[in-house]
Amino acid sequence: MQKRKEIAVAFEGVCKKFPPNILANDYISFEVEKGTILAILGENGAGKTTLMNILYGLYQPDEGKILIKGKPVQISSPQKAIELGIGMVHQNFKLVETNSVIENIILGLSSVPFFEPVRKIQKKIEEMSKRYGLKIDLAAKIWQLSAAEQQCVEILKALYRQPEIIIWDEPTSVLTPKEVNDLFLVLRKMKEEDKTCLFITHKLKEVMEISDQVTILRKGKVVGNLITCQTTIEELAQKMIGQKISFSFSKKKEKLTEKGEIVLRMKEVDALGDRRLMALKNISFEVHQGEIVGLAGVTGNGQRELAETIIGLRQVGKGKISINGVDITNSSPREIAQQGVAYIPEDRQFALVSLMSIAENFRLRDYNKLPFAKGLWFDWNIVLEHAHQMIDTYNILPPLPQMPVRLLSGGNRQRVILAREFVQNPKLIIASNPTAGLDVGGAETIFQLFLEMQQKGAGILLISGDLDEILVLADTILVIFRGEIIGRKKGKEEGWTEKDRTDLGLMMGGVKLESEVKNSV
Amino acid sequence: MFKIKLNIEPRLLPSAGAILSVSFFALAIALLAASLIFLTYDIKPVEAYRLFFKGAFGSWYAISETIKRTIPLLLTGIGLAFSFKASVWNIGAEGQILLGAIFGSWIALFSGIPAPFLLIAMFAFGFLGGAVWALVAAVLRSKLAVNEIITSLMLNYVAANIVLYLIHGPWKGQGARGFAYTDTFPESAWLGTIGSTRIPYATLIIGIIIALICYLLISRTTLGYEIRVVGNSIRTARLVGINDFKIALLAMFVSGGLAGLAGVGEVSGIHHLLRHPSHISLGYGYTAIIVAWLARNNPLAVILTAFFFGALVSGGDALRVSLGIPFQLVYVLNGLILFSLIASERLTSYKLSFQRKNEKERR
Repeated sequence: MQKRKEIAVAFEGVCKKFPPNILANDYISFEVEKGTILAILGENGAGKTTLMNILYGLYQPDEGKILIKGKPVQISSPQKAIELGIGMVHQNFKLVETNSVIENIILGLSSVPFFEPVRKIQKKIEEMSKRYGLKIDLAAKIWQLSAAEQQCVEILKALYRQPEIIIWDEPTSVLTPKEVNDLFLVLRKMKEEDKTCLFITHKLKEVMEISDQVTILRKGKVVGNLITCQTTIEELAQKMIGQKISFSFSKKKEKLTEKGEIVLRMKEVDALGDRRLMALKNISFEVHQGEIVGLAGVTGNGQRELAETIIGLRQVGKGKISINGVDITNSSPREIAQQGVAYIPEDRQFALVSLMSIAENFRLRDYNKLPFAKGLWFDWNIVLEHAHQMIDTYNILPPLPQMPVRLLSGGNRQRVILAREFVQNPKLIIASNPTAGLDVGGAETIFQLFLEMQQKGAGILLISGDLDEILVLADTILVIFRGEIIGRKKGKEEGWTEKDRTDLGLMMGGVKLESEVKNSV
Repeated sequence: MFKIKLNIEPRLLPSAGAILSVSFFALAIALLAASLIFLTYDIKPVEAYRLFFKGAFGSWYAISETIKRTIPLLLTGIGLAFSFKASVWNIGAEGQILLGAIFGSWIALFSGIPAPFLLIAMFAFGFLGGAVWALVAAVLRSKLAVNEIITSLMLNYVAANIVLYLIHGPWKGQGARGFAYTDTFPESAWLGTIGSTRIPYATLIIGIIIALICYLLISRTTLGYEIRVVGNSIRTARLVGINDFKIALLAMFVSGGLAGLAGVGEVSGIHHLLRHPSHISLGYGYTAIIVAWLARNNPLAVILTAFFFGALVSGGDALRVSLGIPFQLVYVLNGLILFSLIASERLTSYKLSFQRKNEKERR
C-alpha cells in the first residue's frame, strides 16, 4: 500500500449563507491529498463555485475552517490565496480584452520590474508554455483570441504565479472535444509535478476520464467522496441528482411518417457580425413543421448572429429567409414575430424586462393588441387574470403576478419566457441554449415543453453548445463552425449512435467530414 | 462571549411606510449635521429651524411664497420624471426653461396677438421652444449615439447666453435705461394670481393636471408601457419591435416642452419681462432633476417633492433675511438635506437588523 501523502487542502465545516436564506455551503468537510486531481461534481447551484470562491478568497465563509498543508489559514483576498500557493482558472475569463496576452499574464504581479516589464518576463513565460504544451502568441490582443485560446491565457496566468493548488472552474464548457483532450494533458502534466488540481464540473464523462477522486455536492452538502476508479458513471449521476432517474432523458418520439410543410427556409444567407466581419457565410437549411433541428457548435461560431438574423435584429447581407413561404428578409422584428415566430434567447435578460412585474412581462409580445389593450388604454384586470392563468399552467414560483421578474430564479424566469412565447402556438421556435444554467429537473421541464410544442406542429430550431441536449431532442442536426454550416446529420429511427456523437464532436472542432457534406440538402 | 451580527437583507418590495420612515430618519440626520454649522455662527439651531419653518409655512404669505417656488419645479419635474422613465437623461431643463421664456416673451412683446389668445399663444410657443431645444440633444443621441447628458447640459449655457444677448441687444427695453431687461409685457400677457398672493393659478392648475395625465399615461396606456420597456431595456424593446427612437424623441420633446411651460410661467406670471437668466430660473432646471429623482420618476409623487423643494427655497430665503447669515449657509443646509435623502435611498431597498449571536449556539 502506498504511503499516505500530505494533505494539500482540507475543508472543515465550511458554511456560507446568502441572504435571504440560501445555504450555499452547508457544513462542508473534506480533504484533498497532494498531487491528486479531485473532481468536484454537482449540478448548477450545488455550491461548487461558492466553495471554490471561498478557497480563492473571493468570499469569506460564515463558519468553518480551511487548512492548507495542515495549517488553518484565513484567506482574506485572492492576493492572500496566491501567496498561499492557490491558483484559479475562472469560468468567466477575467481578462482585459484590449491588452496583449503577456500584459494580462503579468497583470497584478508585485514583482514585475517597473521598466520594460514585458521583455524581461517573456522568456520565462515562453519556457513555461512550452513545458505545458500551451501554444499561444504572447503579443496577440485578447479580443483577437478564440475562447480556447483565452482559456490558455487564464491557465498561463494562474501557472505563472507558481501555485501548488489549482482550481479549475468548469474549464471545458467553452472547448471542443479535441481541446478538452489538450486540456487534460495539461492537468496530467501538473499531476506529474505533484501539484493538486480541484476540477469543478457537472460533466460525468470528464470526471471518469481525468480525476483520481471525486467529491459530490448536492444542495450545498457533501453527498459523496469516491475514488474514481471504483465507481461508475451511473453511481455518480445518481448521487449528483439524488434520485434514481434514467440516465438520459429519453425522448418519446412519435414517428414522423412524413415531413410537414417547410416553416423556415434559409437560402444562402450572409450576415455581418458586430465587428463588421463576416459572421454568417452562405447559410442554407430548412426547418419543417413538427421537426426539431439542432444547431450544434461551440459558442461563438455565429449562433447568436444566426438567431438574430432570423428574428430580424440583424441585417441580412445576401440571401433570402422565408417563414411559411413568406419572404421576411430584412423585415422588422415585429413583422417577423407576427408570422408566428417565438424566440428564446440564451441571455434571459434579453427577453425579459427585469424591473417589471411577471404580469407585465407576460404581455410584452401583445401589449398593444386585444385583449390587453383597448385603443390607447390597457386593462389591468385582464393583464392580471392572464398572468394568474399562465402562472398556474406553467407552475411559476412564487405565484405573484406583481413580483418583479428580477427576483425570480433562473428556471422560473425561463418558464415566464416560454409561457409567453408558447401561448400563441407559434409555428417556428428559435431557442438558444434553453437549459443553460438550469438544474436537471428544470431542464427536463423545458424539454417536455419543447416536445409538446413539436407535437402541436411547431418547427423548432434548437441552437445549443451542449451536444447532449441536441442529441436528446433533435431530429436533424446541423453543425456550425466559423459562420458556416459544415455538416448535417439526419435522424434515424433507432436514434443517434455513438458514431454520430463522435462525428459531431469532430465537426464542432472544425473537421469537415466529406460524407456528411455530400448528404446535405 | 456575545457577538453582534449585522444582517443586511434585500427588501423585495419596499413599503410606503419603510420609505417614509427612512426619509424622516435621513432628514433628522441632515438637520443634526447642519446644527453644528449653525452653532459655529452662534445661532441656536432650534431657532434657525423655527425661522426656516416659519419662512416656508408660517403664514399665508410664507405658504404662497413656497407654492410660487413649487410651480416651476412641478412642471419641470414632471417632464424630467417622464424622460427618466424612458432612461433618457435630460439634464438640460435649465436651458429649456430659458428657451420657453424667450419664446413666450417674443410672443408677448412682438406678436400683437389680441388679448384672449395672447396667453395661449405664449404657452404654446413656450412649450415648442423648450421641446425643440431638447430635441437637439435627442436627435444627436438617437442618430449619432452622442451622450445626451453632455449635450443637454452644454445647451444650458448656450440658452443662458442667448437670453443675455437678447436683453443686452435687440430686445433691450426702451424704458430699462441702463438695466439689461426687456420692456414690460402688456398686461394681457400677465398671468392672473390668486387673490393678493403672487401665485399664478393657471400654471399651478396646469401643473397638477399634467401630473395626473402623465401618471395615467405611464401606468395605464400602451404608450406608457412602451416607455417603461424602453427605459428598462432598449434591447428587449427592439426585440419586440418597439420603436425606441420614437420613444426617446417623445420623452425629450415632452420634458423639454414642460420645462418651456415653466419658463413662460415665470416671465408671464412673476417677472412680466425677460431678464437675466439667473433671475428667471433660480436653478429650477437642476433642482427639478432631484425633484424627479426623489419622486422615483412618479409624476404624482413629483407634486409632493416639488412642494418640499419649494419649501426649502422659500424657507432658506427667510432664514437668510432674518438672521443675516451668508446665503451660502442656506445652500449648505439644502445640500445636506438632499445629500442625506439621496444617500438614504439605498436603505429603502435593504433591511438592516441586528442579531445577537451566542457562541454556544454555534454548531
